Amino acid sequence: MNIIVCIKRVPQTAEAEVKVDSSGKDIEKDRLIFDTNESDTYALEEAVLQKEKFGGSITVITVGDEDSEETLRIALAKGADEAIRIKVEDLDELDGFKTAQILHKIIKDMDFDIIFTGCLATDDAYSQVGTTLAKLLEIPHASLVTKIELSENSADAYRELEGGLLEHLKIKLPALFTIQTGINVPRYASLIAIRRAARKELNEISKTEFGEMKSNSFIEELFTPPVSKLAEILSGNPDEVSEKLTGIIKEKGLI
Amino acid sequence: MNFGLTNDQKMLQKEVRNFAETELKPLASEIDVSGEFPSENIKKLAEMGLMGIIVPEKYSGSEFDFISLAIAIEEISRVCASTGVIVAVNNSLVSYPILQFGNEEQKQKYLPPLCIGEKIGAMGITEPNAGSDVAAMEATAKLNGDHYILNGTKRFITNGTAADTFVVFAYTDKDAGYKGMSCFIVERDLEGFSLGKHEDLMGIRATGNCELIFEDVKVPKENLLGKEGDGFKICMNTLDVSRIDIGAQGVGIAQAALDESIKYSKERKTFGKPICHHEMIQNMLAEMATKIQAARLLVYYVGYLKDKGVKRFSKESAMAKYYAADIAVDVTRKAVQIHGGYGYTKDYPVERFYRDARILELYEGTSEIQKIVIARDLVK
Repeated sequence: MNIIVCIKRVPQTAEAEVKVDSSGKDIEKDRLIFDTNESDTYALEEAVLQKEKFGGSITVITVGDEDSEETLRIALAKGADEAIRIKVEDLDELDGFKTAQILHKIIKDMDFDIIFTGCLATDDAYSQVGTTLAKLLEIPHASLVTKIELSENSADAYRELEGGLLEHLKIKLPALFTIQTGINVPRYASLIAIRRAARKELNEISKTEFGEMKSNSFIEELFTPPVSKLAEILSGNPDEVSEKLTGIIKEKGLI
Repeated sequence: MNFGLTNDQKMLQKEVRNFAETELKPLASEIDVSGEFPSENIKKLAEMGLMGIIVPEKYSGSEFDFISLAIAIEEISRVCASTGVIVAVNNSLVSYPILQFGNEEQKQKYLPPLCIGEKIGAMGITEPNAGSDVAAMEATAKLNGDHYILNGTKRFITNGTAADTFVVFAYTDKDAGYKGMSCFIVERDLEGFSLGKHEDLMGIRATGNCELIFEDVKVPKENLLGKEGDGFKICMNTLDVSRIDIGAQGVGIAQAALDESIKYSKERKTFGKPICHHEMIQNMLAEMATKIQAARLLVYYVGYLKDKGVKRFSKESAMAKYYAADIAVDVTRKAVQIHGGYGYTKDYPVERFYRDARILELYEGTSEIQKIVIARDLVK
């Protein structure tokens, strides 16, 4: 089973103080910590689990700048066999559509059974790369996969839908799956694996070899929404307040 | 001179930080209250290869250098100082002397179980009447045929309640002074070896700190580490190395205190603005950050000397340990100050950091002992 995993280095913004930069179209990244995109770590772990079961090899690919090398090496330390960086120095010019096109150019000539990607990049939150890449490669895909069972030529993929429903799909290989967080428990890289991965050769390909890519959408503005003044103060004794609060939560469909 | 970390050091730092934040942080406050030794965490640490960081791969270690050891101990101590010293002891106070002074049989027998988490190590130097004055120890080991008869009591032993493999110092020839001190590998299940008082500590409360009691314990002759009379040398050499870890532990605790202080000072408002905009708070934050960075570089420098193969670095090692301990206490005290009354409660972790930091000025040589080591070298 030959598996390709597409991963991305992203700033960790969940608990950080995020500020819009002077261009008004991006965030200030100087003080942010970067790491592998969360759902990509689950995609990689799923690949490693499948390799442990069926054998084969894993190739991780990223489209990124020099700092992305660390992301690739961590992936090698966690079980990937080969790593490819498609060199892009100006990450600002990339969007999901362009990234998918670049990945397509290199993957179309590779021998693979499965492609795993994360379901969503936490920086731009487009969920675009996986599905667009599948379309460009003209292979079937399933998104937001929470469980996958492989056999020789096909896969049983499970997707969680709204309303507590689970969808079971039978998909012919080769195919692409975008992986949801929680599908497995990603492992840590052991120190020995880190030491070996740090010395491993990375394959690097210049993006310019693929010619010009086009974007189909452009960021106009990035901003913090104005703070809403609409706040309702609930008054009364604790029983009355909790009754009102429960009513509001129910009305909004949260319970 | 190179101030940058290598690829593998950067990756180690990132991965150990992720591991510590996810696996160790959720339990840190709980084990501080309960004082329970974190055995489950030890298994995970061993799977990562953190119980044998500096041990060669042929003995099941991770074969990293001493700067990497410092980085790992800092990252672990940043979330849990108890776990930081548990790992430090297993690496520097137990695995290191076996690696450095043990024969091939001893290395093959004792190092792999310590690295893979099957066994935990502890070291016995301190006694009820011998702390800073190591040579005043009273424990004795008398050769009797194919074994030594070990008698004595060791006090304040980190990892004591959980350990299986102990590196213990005792006099084989009391009349020869410190040159009559020897070092032994003692296994937990030997007859006559029991655990005494379990210490109820102010900080690093989950480290299984206890007393070791040896009553006519028959230690096989082949468990002598080095030669008879090598004990003091092994002890001093080991402490030079282990002070890298304790310095790194101080940097980790202090960094955690600074991180919490920055976060809190941005949230807490007084006189109409976040307290981080008050000059007095800024003054404290600036001092804290500068001292932490200075201590970190001192610690890395000692690691660099050891990695480079420099034989004697007692002065530098004492400087790193003394300074890191000093600033850890200072920085954590300031962190409590920045948090005000809330810093004095268990709702915030800075009170734990303050208590944890205090041990750094006491164990593995008090700050006064470190200054003696430094000054003696200056005026010799």
